[in-house]
Amino acid sequence: MARVWLFGPDINTDQIVPGRYAPYMLKDESELRRYPFVEHRPDFAPNVRPGDIIVAGKNFGCGSSREYAPLALRMVGVGAIIAPLFARIFFRNALNLGIPCFTADLTGELADGDEVELDLEQGRITTSDGRVIHLPPPPLFLREVWAAGGIVPFYRQYGRFPGEVA
Amino acid sequence: MPTMSEQILSRVAGRPVRAGDVVTANVDLVMVHDSLAPGIIRILHQELGAERVWDPQRVAVVIDHVAPAASVQTAEKQQEVRRWVRAQGIPNLFDVGRGISHPVLVEEGLAQPGMLILGSDSHSTAYGCVGAFGSGMGSTDIALALATGKTWLRVPETIVVRARGTFGFGVGPKDLALRAARLLRADGATYAAIEWHGVEQLSVMERMTLATLSIEMGAKAGIIPPTGLDLTGPLVPTVDADAQYQEVVEIDLGQLEPQVSAPHYVDNVADLSDLGRVAVDVVYLGTCTNGHYEDMAVAAQILAGRRLAPGVRMIVVPASAQALQRAAADGTLATLLAAGATIGTPGCGACIGRHMGVLAPGEVCLFTGNRNFRGRMGSPEAQIYLASPAVAAATALTGYLTDPRTVMDGQPVVSQ
Repeated sequence: MARVWLFGPDINTDQIVPGRYAPYMLKDESELRRYPFVEHRPDFAPNVRPGDIIVAGKNFGCGSSREYAPLALRMVGVGAIIAPLFARIFFRNALNLGIPCFTADLTGELADGDEVELDLEQGRITTSDGRVIHLPPPPLFLREVWAAGGIVPFYRQYGRFPGEVA
Repeated sequence: MPTMSEQILSRVAGRPVRAGDVVTANVDLVMVHDSLAPGIIRILHQELGAERVWDPQRVAVVIDHVAPAASVQTAEKQQEVRRWVRAQGIPNLFDVGRGISHPVLVEEGLAQPGMLILGSDSHSTAYGCVGAFGSGMGSTDIALALATGKTWLRVPETIVVRARGTFGFGVGPKDLALRAARLLRADGATYAAIEWHGVEQLSVMERMTLATLSIEMGAKAGIIPPTGLDLTGPLVPTVDADAQYQEVVEIDLGQLEPQVSAPHYVDNVADLSDLGRVAVDVVYLGTCTNGHYEDMAVAAQILAGRRLAPGVRMIVVPASAQALQRAAADGTLATLLAAGATIGTPGCGACIGRHMGVLAPGEVCLFTGNRNFRGRMGSPEAQIYLASPAVAAATALTGYLTDPRTVMDGQPVVSQ
């Protein structure tokens, strides 16, 4: 089972990882795993488990281009992020790192701490009380990148960018 | 007929493209800054397996995010970046003190109308000030562009912010941009481009204020037609009377009041007069948004012959060495110093909360920059208000949030 971590709207990348905790400022970049939401939600990093899901309000990841924000989320094993609207640089960065992002508003359907099962292939969430929530499938060119594990493996495998005709 | 984004992206895609198309495009220029360069270099060599950048002439590396270095770690990483630049034969390294990437690339003539410019910094929308399609991307996208000279993107729809009339006394481009953020909100231009129309009267750096703040509405690019700038480039985009826009927002400059973005969201904007009395500890004038020569000159005009309010610090960090030199040459700098302000090394300064003016818990900062997110400039318990350089100078004089029109033009400053 995956735990749901619920966040509000307009979560910016300074809230995900403040610039003061950038790899640039750290002795060892692997320390980054200690800092997702270090100030915004200090209970997140110590308690998040691989496969857990972030459910957030609109405009998730707005602000800076820092890829270390989604990288920190990948380091702790976040399994998916679900929000009604993603800021575009964050969305690209998450896609590039292979973190599945689904565009849907589940902030009214799931509560913080809910235990759910996420079926990425089917785009389906099953709650502990048996409710089934279907996630809208992302466009094919995005699914291809996720399937490859991120943009680098995608590019190395296909020698082209997403959306280009093979 | 095409929008400016469609004109530029058609050129770099090599075929006519329209909003909604997903295209692979040739990149004209890639900007990398010190904060993310070590990671980008690692992805380029270790993950992508590329030994060289695709074209060293089309790469610019700028050390601006922690300049000068604030710790042994940052110093070592800057050393690594300089070695890499030499090994790659990249001619355009702009080192400590040259300034913030965005104004520097414009001053150096590297950013030109009609170019597709990618930067490792989200405020790379800045290059729209010369009529380029500038966009910020993360480290992996930037490494891919360095390896291949290409990127992929969805051609954005366009939102027009159309300014009418002329700015009143004490009101300027920052007020226009914050007003637009108030109307469009922080996500109003997500996945879209903003075109700023009716602002031909502005200098190139004043236009950069509008272009940099475009990302704060979520925009992929923020483009001002390069009318009146006498610049050449691979394509001079023009406003087409028949272009299709997603939305048009009209703003009457003559009616515009000084705008202030209150903590902790950029789109939390109000007329200054509605905010009441807000006491301020620090006034910080700087950044790619409002650390330009013009911004220092506006502040100097207000501060000339006066002193900062007791207990208020004013930190000025010029956006570039050229801006600093110009301010030094014409007395602007001397005026600011005589008033009690101090000057930092041109660069990003405290905008990212790393050095040169980091805020303590409970401190209130009047900031001419672009983000007032909680914790952005230091303590998450600090309060950041975004406003224009004129509001910054007026506030430095009184010690509380002040309408510049009440202290300009020889009117007395009323102490309270």
